[in-house]
Amino acid sequence: MMRLFQSLVPASVLVVLLTACGSGESNVESGNREGYLHYGNGAEPQGLDPQVVTGVPENHIVRALFEGLAVKNPKTLEPEPGVAERWEISEDGTVYTFYINPKAKWSNGEAMTASDYVWSWNRALHPDTGSLYAYMLYPIINSEAYSKREITDFNEVGVKALDDQTLQVTLNAPTPYFLQLMDHYSSFAVHPETLLKHGKMTDRFTPWTRVGSIVSNGPFTLEEWSLNRRIIIKKSEHYWDRDNVALNGVYFYPTENVVSEERMFRAEQLHYTAVVPLDKIPDYRTRENSPYVQSPYLGTYYYLVNTDRPPVDNVLVRQALSYALDRDKLTRTVLQDTAIAAYSITPPDTLGYNPPKLFSYDPSKARDLLAEAGYPNGEGWPGLEIIYNTQEAHRKIAVAVQQMWKKELNIDITIANQEWKVYLNSVSQREFQVARRGWIGDYVDPNNFLDLFITDGGNNNTGYANDIYDEIILERAPKAKTREARYSLFTEAETMMMNDMPIIPIYTYTSKHLIHPSVEGIYPNLMDSLNLKYVTLHPGRRLDTESK
Amino acid sequence: MVRFILWRLLQAIPVIFVVITATFFLVRSAPGGPFDSEKAVLPEVKRALEAQYKLDLPLHEQYVAYLGDLSSGDLGPSFKYPGRSVNEILSSGLPVTAELGLYALTFALFVGVLAGVFAALKPNTRQDFIPMGMAMIGICMPSFLLGPLLVLVFGIYLDWLPIAGWGDLPGDKILPSITLGSAYAAYIARLSRAGMLEILSQDYIRTARAKGLPEWQVVTQHALRGGLIPVIAFLGPAFAGLLAGSFVVETIFQIPGLGRFYVQAAFNRDYTMILGTTVFLSTLIVFFNLISDVIAAWLNPRLRAQFKGGA
Repeated sequence: MMRLFQSLVPASVLVVLLTACGSGESNVESGNREGYLHYGNGAEPQGLDPQVVTGVPENHIVRALFEGLAVKNPKTLEPEPGVAERWEISEDGTVYTFYINPKAKWSNGEAMTASDYVWSWNRALHPDTGSLYAYMLYPIINSEAYSKREITDFNEVGVKALDDQTLQVTLNAPTPYFLQLMDHYSSFAVHPETLLKHGKMTDRFTPWTRVGSIVSNGPFTLEEWSLNRRIIIKKSEHYWDRDNVALNGVYFYPTENVVSEERMFRAEQLHYTAVVPLDKIPDYRTRENSPYVQSPYLGTYYYLVNTDRPPVDNVLVRQALSYALDRDKLTRTVLQDTAIAAYSITPPDTLGYNPPKLFSYDPSKARDLLAEAGYPNGEGWPGLEIIYNTQEAHRKIAVAVQQMWKKELNIDITIANQEWKVYLNSVSQREFQVARRGWIGDYVDPNNFLDLFITDGGNNNTGYANDIYDEIILERAPKAKTREARYSLFTEAETMMMNDMPIIPIYTYTSKHLIHPSVEGIYPNLMDSLNLKYVTLHPGRRLDTESK
Repeated sequence: MVRFILWRLLQAIPVIFVVITATFFLVRSAPGGPFDSEKAVLPEVKRALEAQYKLDLPLHEQYVAYLGDLSSGDLGPSFKYPGRSVNEILSSGLPVTAELGLYALTFALFVGVLAGVFAALKPNTRQDFIPMGMAMIGICMPSFLLGPLLVLVFGIYLDWLPIAGWGDLPGDKILPSITLGSAYAAYIARLSRAGMLEILSQDYIRTARAKGLPEWQVVTQHALRGGLIPVIAFLGPAFAGLLAGSFVVETIFQIPGLGRFYVQAAFNRDYTMILGTTVFLSTLIVFFNLISDVIAAWLNPRLRAQFKGGA
């Protein structure tokens, strides 16, 4: 009996292991051979309807399935022809005429027309659709009024199909970033007949985006959508620039767990990861031919300050807090050099614009300011709470900030985590003193960061109100004749805002990916924007696993 | 026996009803709503969204409408995944989670019973201490530790097994099944050891041995059936637990099962999805408890006699 059991246990273990042996060809090897990219996409997309979804994982897939009037060059981010083969801009900068490429086709072979855009933008702006990104089209004349139901006739909105091939768009004011918006998925055209087959124009939840139903116009078409498992897209038969698409297709995986994702990359189950776990970065950095790619990202991490709550209702206190932060140390230690110290809201070199740097790390000045505010060496300090959404990375930063303020200013800070939706609720109700916040740009323009802080702006959340600031951002900057004039107005506004300090900037984000050496055509850029059309695979290149 | 089953089914109805009602009102009382997002949502957009999902109705009307849909088997549309119904998401995730649970349970039974019986044969010797010590470690070791450890050893260093996926590469179902099953294997080992120890000290076992039966026949034909009753009673809740608790393993191994949707639904305030999965899983738990009670009753001669005589 004993012997039977003694032999059974190891034998069964052996059987399990033997059946498992030899997992065969990795995804990277088979993908390189067949021209398929295996892509870690971070999460299951909410959906694939360009006028419904929001979010980064959705963006990657939607921009592979659809194409905008203009697309961003992946190296320079400058607009280049997409569905529109060319465009004209009127001298005053308010009328855009797009000429649709006669070769541009839907994936069912039908030609694309200017009226497809009129229909789609009507859908994007219609109040019943409830598109969270409707505001991306607000530069168009009367569009905001239409989406707020102040007018109900879409003909009054500045979008006209002059003929099948010509789309004319009239704007409220010259909008230098308008062409960039044409590469944002909320402005993409959808195929009207396909949507109407499944419901009304404004329905959000019809199954028109499913395999077999969806009609799209991009370089790829939807091949398989297994919920929470993978999405497969395949090179389109009808795409106008099909000859320049190198990949035969892409597998997108919902890699929510960043640690698992990194392991999948190491085992060559992925060509590309959405992110890289912070503690793995030092090791990857030391490798020869490192697959680790880091580049500045159009986003700022900062602390919101509620300017109505003591003690931070006092501008001197806010300034003291900001001066007492050693951002360089923070980014070097806690963030392992994966972020850039920030001293203002707009990230550096946002399309040639550099934000003013009005302060630096200066603990003695910080102490003076705090004393001036009535709390010399922290005496009489009433306490201050930082809230953040529950996440280890935010906790580490909050702890570091707490210690820096204690050390430099001798003041007590409490930190409190809140579950995501609770935190969102606290921020929007302004039930906080200091709250963690991040903002990622939708388009590369300082305006996208500076219009956050107009009085009662939906994303202001600080109580900051400054009439002169509002006037510059809303009135004067849009009317500026040159880029220099516009940027100097932005500098003026940003200087004003950063002196009032309704936010404490902490760092500028970077994008971080692991990219297999067999992949080419993924260029680092501010928007972390990838055009899968340009990606090529080169079999035979191996991943270096050894450190230097 | 039939009356016993019917009585238990009848008891289940108010239980599930209470679960539905409590969940319905609790999720709605949590701060934050399904359409809150980091970027401010314009009031008119929020109104349009709430209207599309009937959230603009008073709470009691929403409740009645939900019960009405539920009675026809419709769990409603998901808030987080526009275009998907909760029924569809459940039916896509359930087969995967059930398959994973079944493999994990098979592994747990095989290893657990083997180790438990093995230990019970020589109590308080090395043959007992080693498997039971390992079982204790198994119970204490959380799957978020065991999973990555197995992945490191078998997936990365030895490169024998794929480290993520489900049905994509050959052998990718092995590591998740072992990870999920091992805690249960440990429980089963301890339960079957206790059960076997009690049975092996019974008079009828002594009789069997006195008759000169070989030890393996005593164990397999006489002792095992009685000794495994505690294990059988544990199986029902265990399988329900495996279905409801596979979230961690599904996340580590990128498995498209139910667990990931369940937990994320709570974070996303996806009301219909939270309700749908809770109702579904609580029904399953009630059902599996019932089944394991019935099997235990059938296996236990004393209880069986009671049913025959009394019911």
